[in-house]
Amino acid sequence: MRWLPNPIPAPAFSLTGAQEHSSLRLDGTRLGFALLIALLVPALALTAERVPKPAINIEKPGRCVEDTATMRRGHPDMLRHQRDLTVRDGIRTRQHSLQGCIECHASARTGSVLGDKGFCQSCHDYAGVKLDCFECHTSRPKLATGAKP
Amino acid sequence: MAASIVYRELSGTDRRFWGLMAWLAVPLALGAAAFFYVEHYGHIVTGMDNQIVWGLPHVFAVFLIVAAIGALNVAMAASVFGKAVYEPIAPLSALVSMALLVGGLALLMLDLARVDRMVVAMTHLNTSSIFALRVVLYNGFLASVAIYFWFLLERRMNRYAKAAAIVAFFWQLLLATGTGLMFGAMVARAAYDSPLLVPVIIVLSATYGTAVFILVLLAACRWDGRPIAEDLLRRLKNLLAISVGASLYGAALFYFSKFYVARSHDVGQFLLFDGGVYTVLLWLGQVLVGGVAPLALLMRSQISRGAIAAACALVVLGGLAQVYVIVIGGQAYPQILFPGMVESSSFFDGEIHPYTPSVAELLFGLGGVGLAAAIIAAVLRALALLPERLDQTLSPQP
Amino acid sequence: MSTNEGSGLSRRGFLAISSATLGGVMLAPGVRLIEVASARAPEQAASKQVRWGLLIETDKCATGCDDCVKACATENGIKDTGRPRTDAQWIRKVELKDRRSGRTHSVPVMCQHCEHPPCVDVCPTGASFKRADGIVLVDRHTCIGCRYCMMACPYKARSIVFDDVTDQNPDVPRGKGCAEGCTLCVHRIDRDRQPACVEACTKAGHNAMIFGDLNNPQSEIAQRVAKFGTSKIRADLKLNPAVRYQGL
Repeated sequence: MRWLPNPIPAPAFSLTGAQEHSSLRLDGTRLGFALLIALLVPALALTAERVPKPAINIEKPGRCVEDTATMRRGHPDMLRHQRDLTVRDGIRTRQHSLQGCIECHASARTGSVLGDKGFCQSCHDYAGVKLDCFECHTSRPKLATGAKP
Repeated sequence: MAASIVYRELSGTDRRFWGLMAWLAVPLALGAAAFFYVEHYGHIVTGMDNQIVWGLPHVFAVFLIVAAIGALNVAMAASVFGKAVYEPIAPLSALVSMALLVGGLALLMLDLARVDRMVVAMTHLNTSSIFALRVVLYNGFLASVAIYFWFLLERRMNRYAKAAAIVAFFWQLLLATGTGLMFGAMVARAAYDSPLLVPVIIVLSATYGTAVFILVLLAACRWDGRPIAEDLLRRLKNLLAISVGASLYGAALFYFSKFYVARSHDVGQFLLFDGGVYTVLLWLGQVLVGGVAPLALLMRSQISRGAIAAACALVVLGGLAQVYVIVIGGQAYPQILFPGMVESSSFFDGEIHPYTPSVAELLFGLGGVGLAAAIIAAVLRALALLPERLDQTLSPQP
Repeated sequence: MSTNEGSGLSRRGFLAISSATLGGVMLAPGVRLIEVASARAPEQAASKQVRWGLLIETDKCATGCDDCVKACATENGIKDTGRPRTDAQWIRKVELKDRRSGRTHSVPVMCQHCEHPPCVDVCPTGASFKRADGIVLVDRHTCIGCRYCMMACPYKARSIVFDDVTDQNPDVPRGKGCAEGCTLCVHRIDRDRQPACVEACTKAGHNAMIFGDLNNPQSEIAQRVAKFGTSKIRADLKLNPAVRYQGL
């Protein structure tokens, strides 16, 4: 009998007896307080006016490649699929390409999809989703002559 | 029938223990601060560049991981090879191994230039990459050691401990092989490019791991004033001495082969004689501090905890110097594109690349060490892993 | 077998027509693929029938000329920050001097686009990959910046981006933290243009660099490689790079 560990020391808290020793009592006052906080927290959402609603300014005429509902929900997957096709297979169709999006949606004022009231930025700021694309991709469209911005 | 051994967690007042944790929190906090600093500004604030791409954090990481592999040896001796004298300290050996691996892994994962893609790193695995396979190997090793650890602690599972130990032993060997191949298969770098690195890593792991384990054991026993039998100390001391001797031999073989073979003679010459800081670290750090001096201390016939602890500390320092020479020295020597020609370019071809580690890298590396130490301390406090006394005689063992 | 002349297809006729069709169908891809090498439609994937390569004639390459390097930097948006140790370099001129004979050379070196790239083997996430047509690229969406490809490359072809990048060329996305190297101007090749370095070298009249399909026996590069002796850097490593050098 080589192993004889010591008995586990008495628990620091218990829900039954020994209430005078424990520090995690769940009595009425504390329970009520906790519930109050839990119910109030969602109310904070109604008061948030700090982040402006997204600015969807469609400046260029014409339709998007898909309908709005599909674009809203599906553009991450569309971009992810297209990027694999382009990078790995060399398929450079314009329809779902990021460059295609930027060319249409870049603001006429700033020339970018980022920045103040930028098409991508304002929506992503509102939704609280970090944009990783523009670490590497430029947010400005290619100039008409094919020259770089 | 052996006297029953009572295991007890680290004792002492809460204040004393939390004092220890406060000390350990210092390198952890500094390491975390260094990590956030580098993560925010990018690796431009470190000493790494396009020539030395793996810096001090990798030195610490490789040391911790190699030590983790070897720290399990005592447990393996007990459970796989039946050396019952080591059985009381087998759980500690497993704990030290897991803690060191977590510390080393944390350093590797957090040193990525795109740390925000850590999830990508864990979900996309290129099966032909030894680096990617190491993700599998590390996790397999951690899991198998954890299961073995649990089987040791859970009395009902004690009889399966040997089976779990054999699985863990298998993973230990796989992980050592993978780590050696990670460098050894790199034909691009003349300082690596050798399958010899696999056995070299294996003996280095035995050395570093045993030294760190002995240090932890001595420290834990000293904390509580737990006695250790002279016989156990003697065996551990001899184990370490053999490992140190084997590492010296392995290193000598490796560097000699580099120097001797024409294809790699230049890099052998560089590391052994012309390498400036790398040559100093090799001879003074690896050979003298990490090899000869500890051997002198360990080969003494009288047992002294102080001498053993000093030898272990020297082995650790020498080991860090050795890993520095391997990781950084191997990068300082440039890739030779045109053998027999003198090369120069705007991209520093043909030159020895300088490297000055930044403070952030040092703090980050020490943070990894602190993480391993904190895990060991916390678990030793929470679980009864170490016997109250290690000087009880057991039934005679081979 | 009785044949009905004039009232339909004879058996022989049927066999003749069907075999001709079958042969045509079988040949058509081959015919199509030769067209692919010269004009690939955007919706077509890169083909493994093609192997893009470069031929550098080093005796036409002058010491001190770095037109190719400048063109690459302009095309790909690589800026000189004045800190060469951390700036990315996709192509560089290596000045060589033979230790024994003293003969000097100036050679542009970039990613060699090996057939067996060590960088692809070691990349933990598979971000470093070889496209079907032989170009070795970094998929920056998956790159985690571990720098193992830089450790493993014998040609020091890869760099990691240390600085924030802005105003990228829309065709060449690049950003901080990812490894990168010469892409053989894949964005140009896919649109039937030449890599920027080759174009610049030709425009300046040096004509030291030739780009083409190594697998197409009709291409200029394939004919020259077949006719003259060309060498590969570190041929002993047996990586079979696509960049060949003449005159080394």
